[in-house]
Amino acid sequence: MRIGIDVGGTNTDAVLMDGATVVAATKTPTTPNVGDGIVTALKQLIAAATLDTARIDGVMIGTTHFTNAIVERKHLQPTAIIRLGLPATVCLPPMVDFPDDLREAINGHYYLAHGGHEFDGREISPFVPDEIRRIAAEIAAHGIDAIAISSVFSPINTSFEEQTAAIVREVIPTANITLSSKIGRIGLLERENAAILNACLRDLADRTVAGFKAALVEMQIDAPFYISQNDGTLMSADFAADYPVLTFASGPTNSMRGAAFLSGLKDAIVIDVGGTTTDVGVLQRGFPRVAALAVNIGGVRTNFRMPDTLSIGLGGGSLVRGVDPVKVGPQSVGYEITTKGLVFGGDTLTTTDIAVAAGYADIGDKSKLAALDPAVVVAAQDRIEELVNNAVDRMKTSANPMPVIAVGGGSILLKRPIAGASEIIMPEHFAVANAIGAAIAQIGGETDRIFSLAEMTRDQALATAKQEATDKAVAAGAKRESVEIVEVEEVPLAYLPGNATRIMVKAVGDLMEGA
Amino acid sequence: MRLLTEKNIEDIALGAAVLGTGGGGDPYIGMLMARQAIKDYGSVELYTLDELNDDDLIIPTAMMGAPTVMVEKMPNGDDIINAFKSVGKYIGKPIRATMSIEAGGLNSVVPIYVAARLRLPMVDADGMGRAFPELQMVTHTIYGLTATPMSMSDERGNTVLMETVNNKWTEIFARSITVNMGAMAMIALYAATVAQLKECAVAGTITKAETIGRTIRVARALEQEPVETVRAAAGGYVIFRGKIADVQRRTEGGFARGDAFIDGIDAYAGKRLQLSFQNEHLIALIDGVPVVTVPDLIATLDIDTGEPITTEGLRYGFRVAVIAMPCAPAWRTAAGLALVGPRYFGYDIDYVPVEERYK
Repeated sequence: MRIGIDVGGTNTDAVLMDGATVVAATKTPTTPNVGDGIVTALKQLIAAATLDTARIDGVMIGTTHFTNAIVERKHLQPTAIIRLGLPATVCLPPMVDFPDDLREAINGHYYLAHGGHEFDGREISPFVPDEIRRIAAEIAAHGIDAIAISSVFSPINTSFEEQTAAIVREVIPTANITLSSKIGRIGLLERENAAILNACLRDLADRTVAGFKAALVEMQIDAPFYISQNDGTLMSADFAADYPVLTFASGPTNSMRGAAFLSGLKDAIVIDVGGTTTDVGVLQRGFPRVAALAVNIGGVRTNFRMPDTLSIGLGGGSLVRGVDPVKVGPQSVGYEITTKGLVFGGDTLTTTDIAVAAGYADIGDKSKLAALDPAVVVAAQDRIEELVNNAVDRMKTSANPMPVIAVGGGSILLKRPIAGASEIIMPEHFAVANAIGAAIAQIGGETDRIFSLAEMTRDQALATAKQEATDKAVAAGAKRESVEIVEVEEVPLAYLPGNATRIMVKAVGDLMEGA
Repeated sequence: MRLLTEKNIEDIALGAAVLGTGGGGDPYIGMLMARQAIKDYGSVELYTLDELNDDDLIIPTAMMGAPTVMVEKMPNGDDIINAFKSVGKYIGKPIRATMSIEAGGLNSVVPIYVAARLRLPMVDADGMGRAFPELQMVTHTIYGLTATPMSMSDERGNTVLMETVNNKWTEIFARSITVNMGAMAMIALYAATVAQLKECAVAGTITKAETIGRTIRVARALEQEPVETVRAAAGGYVIFRGKIADVQRRTEGGFARGDAFIDGIDAYAGKRLQLSFQNEHLIALIDGVPVVTVPDLIATLDIDTGEPITTEGLRYGFRVAVIAMPCAPAWRTAAGLALVGPRYFGYDIDYVPVEERYK
């Protein structure tokens, strides 16, 4: 059996799953020390299922903790950045496009050094070990441990970043180092930004993962545990402590993967209605469609492959104001819905009150809505319908009707038909789709390197890359017979001797039970 | 004369992406360079041609090469200054200002960096009024002005200065030097007097880009429908609204060419627009009939945000408005059409000015 946990900004959800069956599910408030909320959720879950903890094969945790830390500028540590590329790139130093408050929050010291590569693999300038030693000594003098290293065209050649890391480690043995080539793609500023965000989260990641571990120990769960990442696959807890940035989009990914699992559909629109916002995304072959454009996180431009979601200001706590016209959102009472909403005895008219008044849901005390103008109830429903229809239509890729899966605690708002939807599915356990998405996550393996087609044919290169990715997935804990290749990307590199091509392959498979 | 401050730069870059007609490179890197230079060195004086003396000398500056390389190996900054100074030194006379050679895309904002660092003015004009893929495709060529003396500089400190017999040869040599410099070079070329520019340049294009960009920004802030306001600011025509149904791409002769097919919505329901592109949008056909062709400008905007969409960014499912804008009059001459007309790009279609089709 597996446990899936979603640690959100407001709630910590947990589910216990036996194969494809949801055995138990719970929802508790997230606590400042995230481990406490997890312990509470686990206690409820184990009590509900009268479970022997020895029967747990794995615990999968999805969390928005690190994204929130960046957005709120909290718990970030001082970070130094070394960029290799001199004499190029001088006119745009690291963090040039960071918001001022974030730059201050991480007290960023940056250093430009020689090195870097051209698009065709030539060196921009030779690597100078003494220069890196000097820089490392300065970083040590500032007492900084978190270090991000970037190098021009490092996705094509990682050697300069690796050599720099080795020297920095000699000088600062306690250094927490993030290499940009481990995280991002072509686009120096965006990739370097991602490395900086990762570096400044390392302490928090260590503490958080340790908190997760302590919670499991307290509950006497001796099973491997994993953290879910942006692409819907799992990483080991230790790996997650090194790469917290890879969890940034795991929230929407888990909710969409959970929706796919609960509905049994692989191609559909997913609407996740939370307390403040509604995220609309598209499932293609069971995975979220990925955004093509640069993604902003806390005001910083990055080039992660994030699910392509449209977020609108509509949720279960959205304010309903005015009479003609009636305005819905984007302001929301958020998690305070259970004290501020009219049906809960509060003084604020929210979308949840509208849902109760319209008879969509039976929550709180309906008699508190006696004074509500029926015309406002209808007008608010009209507005909600309009917001949802527009969002769904914007995300659709063809005029053909598509099934719509509604998940999230606020999906009680969606009782009216949706334009362009062939059907609306509100699966059982819709409120904990995130945690289910985490529980069912698979193990991935990825290879991304340059092949010289002078030595082999293109087909041989592709077959080699696929084999490497499959082997990596198996090494990470996937069942070999379940591994599938889910992504192949091929970028021919012009003007490179030997006709080189960069091949990126991603393989995913089911987690080995009892591993 | 007016001052360009940090605030103006984002508007210019956004509007320049509209004038880029799908190409010209993402202005993001150039916008950051210009913004940082103004932060470090102060605001830039923008002059109209009329405010300058006829014998003042102007040297345009630009980046040349692959936009995908520019986002990875960003310039040093001294490189473009070296290129500018090299041409000035060769001419041996004082240089009054710099300007943009291409108001569409990245190169609209790059000269602002040069102007800020050298505390020189910038001229509110360019040589295209849009974006084009090759060096000789500037209005200067029509009037017999030469691209050379041209200088190309890299971040290592190399500068190549060249003299060629015509602007097509400048393009051929410059392209191969760009590859050696790492698929990207900083360039200065087409030195001209203000009197010459009054005859051949496209005037007021930086202000035009800024006006378009500001319109989009304000429409977003006020949550207004941006397409109509952009059309008005750009002085063009909305020729289509629809949803991208298919995008086909192919590589031909070293260029990324392709076609996007857009199914009409609203008033255009039941119609299909085909957009053919090579770096920039070249031809728009509605149900097989040409409605706009190069050198007139064709821009695709996201219907909801007004964000201009590049040819690489065109994707299945996007809801777009297609806007057409008249090109600079110089492009409509026989010499202009020989340089950049539909037939130069391989389409056997006669050029008809967009305002004649959309009277």
